Amino acid sequence: MAVNNASTATVDTAPRSAVAVPASTDEKGLPHPNFLKDGGTGLWSWLSTLDHKRIGVLYLIMVMTMFFVGGLYAMLIRIELLSPNQILMNADQYNQAFTMHGAVMIFLFIIPSIPAILGNFVLPLQIGAKDVAFPRLNLASWYLYMIGAAFAVYSLVVNAADTGWTFYTPYSTTTNTAVMSITTGAFILGFSSIFTGINFIVTVHKMRAPGMTWFKMPLMIWALYATAVIQVLATPVLGITLLLLILERAFGVGIFDPAMGGDPVLFQHFFWFYSHPAVYIMILPGMGIISELIATFSRRKIFGYKFVAFSSLAIALVSFIVWGHHMFTAGQSEFAVMVFSFITFMVGIPSAIKIFNWTTTLYKGSISLSVPMLYALSFLFKFTIGGLTGIFLGAVSVDIHLHDTYFIVAHFHYVMVGGTVMAFIGGLHYWWPKIFGRMYNRISATVAWFLVFAGFNMTFFTQFILGSQGMPRRYWTYIDEYTRMHGFSSIGAMIMGVGFAIMGITLLHGALKGRVVGSNPWGALTLEWTHATSPPEPHNFSETPVVEHGPYDYDKVIPQVDEPTSA
Amino acid sequence: MDTTSTFWLPPSVSTVSGEVDGLFMFLVWMSVFFFVLIVAGTLVFITKWRRRKGDIAQLDTGPSHNSILEAMWIIVPTLLVLVIFIWSFRTYMKMSIVPANAMEVKVTGQKWFWSFAYPEGGSSVNELIVPVDTPVKLLMSSQDVIHSFFVPAFRVKKDVLPNRYSIAWFEATEVGEYDLFCTEFCGTKHSEMIGKVRVVSYSEFQDWQEEAMFSGEGMSMAEYGERLYVNKACLTCHTTDGTPANGPTWLGIWGTEEPLTDGTSVTVDENYVRESILNPRTKIVAGYQPIMPTYQGILSDKEIDALVAYIKEVGGGGE
Repeated sequence: MAVNNASTATVDTAPRSAVAVPASTDEKGLPHPNFLKDGGTGLWSWLSTLDHKRIGVLYLIMVMTMFFVGGLYAMLIRIELLSPNQILMNADQYNQAFTMHGAVMIFLFIIPSIPAILGNFVLPLQIGAKDVAFPRLNLASWYLYMIGAAFAVYSLVVNAADTGWTFYTPYSTTTNTAVMSITTGAFILGFSSIFTGINFIVTVHKMRAPGMTWFKMPLMIWALYATAVIQVLATPVLGITLLLLILERAFGVGIFDPAMGGDPVLFQHFFWFYSHPAVYIMILPGMGIISELIATFSRRKIFGYKFVAFSSLAIALVSFIVWGHHMFTAGQSEFAVMVFSFITFMVGIPSAIKIFNWTTTLYKGSISLSVPMLYALSFLFKFTIGGLTGIFLGAVSVDIHLHDTYFIVAHFHYVMVGGTVMAFIGGLHYWWPKIFGRMYNRISATVAWFLVFAGFNMTFFTQFILGSQGMPRRYWTYIDEYTRMHGFSSIGAMIMGVGFAIMGITLLHGALKGRVVGSNPWGALTLEWTHATSPPEPHNFSETPVVEHGPYDYDKVIPQVDEPTSA
Repeated sequence: MDTTSTFWLPPSVSTVSGEVDGLFMFLVWMSVFFFVLIVAGTLVFITKWRRRKGDIAQLDTGPSHNSILEAMWIIVPTLLVLVIFIWSFRTYMKMSIVPANAMEVKVTGQKWFWSFAYPEGGSSVNELIVPVDTPVKLLMSSQDVIHSFFVPAFRVKKDVLPNRYSIAWFEATEVGEYDLFCTEFCGTKHSEMIGKVRVVSYSEFQDWQEEAMFSGEGMSMAEYGERLYVNKACLTCHTTDGTPANGPTWLGIWGTEEPLTDGTSVTVDENYVRESILNPRTKIVAGYQPIMPTYQGILSDKEIDALVAYIKEVGGGGE
């Protein structure tokens, strides 16, 4: 980042952003004190930590491990689908593999990824707080995550569930696989998610630094806040649904199984009443990250800040009343179908508003194609496709044809991987130097980005065509016509897998051996960059920051890029 | 049949499929337009305002809001989706309202095959035979878990539930054979729960129906049973050559003492076979899952007798 060195003479006399100077530095040039080294050493100091940054790092380790596990399942699935005949797994093992891929990726990776890792680390720093409101609750949420993960892994080892991550009844109440332990795991993980949500809501309301008014909050905070509202309001419904499922399996209480007088479609209503809002638990924080990245790397005030902020809240509210669009073929009344279709179209508008505002933000910017920005741009590319294909699925007559085909699979991977995961990985590359005080290798990170981008589009764009041609999802074998497209899709998945592997190695190497960076290597204007060292000290700031400018006031303040002089 | 399929869509051979495809292709081109708009805009901006090495940090002079633009990109997409909403819902109503003169076929989904019962008698398994240019109403239910009836070429799909009837309809416009898939995950052989819809001329359909009402005249009971073994899809789970499958093979099974999952055992005789067809989950042979659906109401007494005779023959109890 040999740009905009603070010592360069400029014609401007505008104020410059503050620079956080560490009290002292250690022999490697890292600040002392910093939260990684100071605040206790040894395993126990980490396992009993109340520091939101350390809890973020604990989450980082576990959630990335789960991402790896879910990714391995994805590779197994794509290898099996190279041919309609058996390659690695028989049909039952395949059914277990796609269930585990889905359940691990949704419950153990995507839902906690951004809020629990980056949200935990960044939220207090960005609003100028010392920690979250309830540090002990925060640590408890990590332990609940561990217990939930243990149940899920137990199911996976013993006799992995084969129901799909949606656990539809009466299949899930009659299969002999370990459905109980994975649903118990998801039930416990729900509480972990609720704890994080409560913490974030209270922290945002009560702990903002002096001068941090609602409209001076970074858009990341708005997004995390909107997410937290959904986490707290929607997750209990999943909890009770899974509890009912467990009661039915364990004690034969007839709720969903028609053989016992229950109604299987009731389960679908309950399940999607949570799981549709949960889709926004997954994507909203990603949208928050994109706002940060686009502002920082184009040095621009976000275009239409208030529209972007309120669109997050609009999504959070409307997301509660669209669940029926998962059930257009399940035999709802025509009237219900009409209402759900209409509201589904409406929930798309706020996302469109965001996309237009982000694109316009680039206009007249000073655009740097650093690695986090590359991820933000690939988010725009893929999320636009994901969003537009959502319109196909909201249109009932077209959805009847596309429902439960690979078109759906492609659509939600474009939104979840192309959207959330790209934003998450972009955010990791953005805050990585803040967390570890070191920078990863830019070239290998760019190569990894390119492989992921190319491999992803090969894998999933093909699946749109497979789906519209009629290929149903969750098929172990398929008719010969689909073989070529499945093959192409699988090759894309291998390329993406290699990309993710290089990314992981690059980030790890960066954290341990990378070049030491200053407090503000990107030249950003939010508090974690202007007022905290990299890594931050245990209590975040040497003194409570006073907010003097907005998070993206590049029109009023010139950002000071801070690089160490002795690097 | 592939002659009419396009890059995006499979053959279009029902009275509603053209309308569905019209909206689909409109959405494709609309998506291409907005995608190009966003991506081209992004590319132009990042090329034109790329930060070069040595650039000096300056204050941002670009616009940070514009009410007219914001209003534009709220109003234009909203109007567009309203048009799409009305367009799609009108077609959906056509897909939902069954014509009064439709021929009614009873569809039963079970692990892992489809069976069809026709209005004038006769039945078929995994192959739905219908006359061309005739509206067909499907009255569907499931014997076990949820299945979903999907014929891509007709653009018709409906879940098949265990505790209620669901209804779908279509009118095929061209003679031919079209794929039928199960699209709701239903277990081990979900991906093999596929079949065909054979669309034939009206006279051919009538000939077929007469043939389907055949009940074994002029055949021995075992021969008739062998025919039912194929037609009623017993062969999906039971082999007659000793190959292991989801259910016990019938080869040499007659008269043997089979251990059951509850620890007791049973002798394979006429009564056990009959019980296993009608109440298949009461006595499960050890090592197998209770997955067989009941054939109560699907097979007539004569058909059960014929299957018993056939099992006796291949099971080694014939003479």
